[in-house]
Amino acid sequence: MNWASWSEFWAMGGDGLYVWSAYLVALIVAATEIGVLALSRRAILQHLGRFTTLKRSSVRATGDNDAAR
Amino acid sequence: MARNALPKFGKGIFSWRTRGIGDLATYGAVPPLRFAGIRLNPGSGKAWAWLLLSLRITFEAYDDMPSCTSALSRSESQAPLRQEGTVLEGCYRRAGKLAPWFGWISATLWAGGLYLVFSVAPADPGRGEHYRIAFIHGPATWISMLIYVLMVTAAATELRTRQRLASMLASALAPTGAMFAFISLWTGSLLGKPVWGVWWVWDARLTSELLLLFLFLGFIALKEAIDDTGRADRATGVLALVGLVGLPLLYFSVHWWRSRQGVPIPDVRIDGGGGVTAAIVMLTISLSLACYTVAAALTRLRIVILERERGSAWVSSGRV
Repeated sequence: MNWASWSEFWAMGGDGLYVWSAYLVALIVAATEIGVLALSRRAILQHLGRFTTLKRSSVRATGDNDAAR
Repeated sequence: MARNALPKFGKGIFSWRTRGIGDLATYGAVPPLRFAGIRLNPGSGKAWAWLLLSLRITFEAYDDMPSCTSALSRSESQAPLRQEGTVLEGCYRRAGKLAPWFGWISATLWAGGLYLVFSVAPADPGRGEHYRIAFIHGPATWISMLIYVLMVTAAATELRTRQRLASMLASALAPTGAMFAFISLWTGSLLGKPVWGVWWVWDARLTSELLLLFLFLGFIALKEAIDDTGRADRATGVLALVGLVGLPLLYFSVHWWRSRQGVPIPDVRIDGGGGVTAAIVMLTISLSLACYTVAAALTRLRIVILERERGSAWVSSGRV
């Protein structure tokens, strides 16, 4: 362990601003990417779900099996 | 390291000191490599091999120029590969199974890496605590370059074999690559300020990493701008191949232009770290970022497959 106390750890020998903004921004950017991935996955699944239910309902309404393809 | 003894080239801010292209051994950073009594120059050999390889791939892609150019005006639906739907479906499922594993491995390695960076690695009296930024800066730069190479490989595969899965993989890798290029620039700036007193200089390293970020962003923008996916794949593939030629410049500039950056961090031994060298810390973080890349790219690949295959039977049947 290099640090005697937490305040010393956060200060990073006077370079705290540089060190912590580097690691924090890296984490924020990665977290943003994960969030965007989760949102776009949900969006495409919702879109597909609506798409398939629409198709299925049109099959049921018209009895036209070709519409499902 | 006696930097002043090195020959100086150029003038003013355009000057640099070097002792030959990529000759790491002269700095004592790596032991001199000998083969059959001949001393090999590791840096320059790799640089030339890389340059030739990238040119070769570019020319290979242009080799079937007629099919390449006609492909630019052809839509992808005209040449579907047989069984491609089955391949894509299998890939979609396998990616879904693999991605969480890579995610967890990445998180574990990241936790271990942070422990090494902040707890095991001792204070460096010569550098100050800001040297800990290098443990994210270096790996982010490496991974951004690695992603670019993977992306170009996928794009070149698409240009040659017209497998749409390859181009989907390329577009799944691009945003993560842009992210790591951004992290590399951001952390590099924060590392540069306390060391040299400036946030940014237009030297070869920083400029080529900025170029890499723009290549990723240009790749994404071009893909989005062209509606016909087949044409978009080909145009972005050619863009990625052309950009590949500039990559060795970035990779070897750390050894070629030593004016700003001292010895690459992995060469520095951490004394008192219980046998842990900086290279081990770097490797742990790099592996973590690599696993993150795989997890993110596989997750995005699943989204891209769904978006581009939404008309196919296996997607619209609601089995996803």
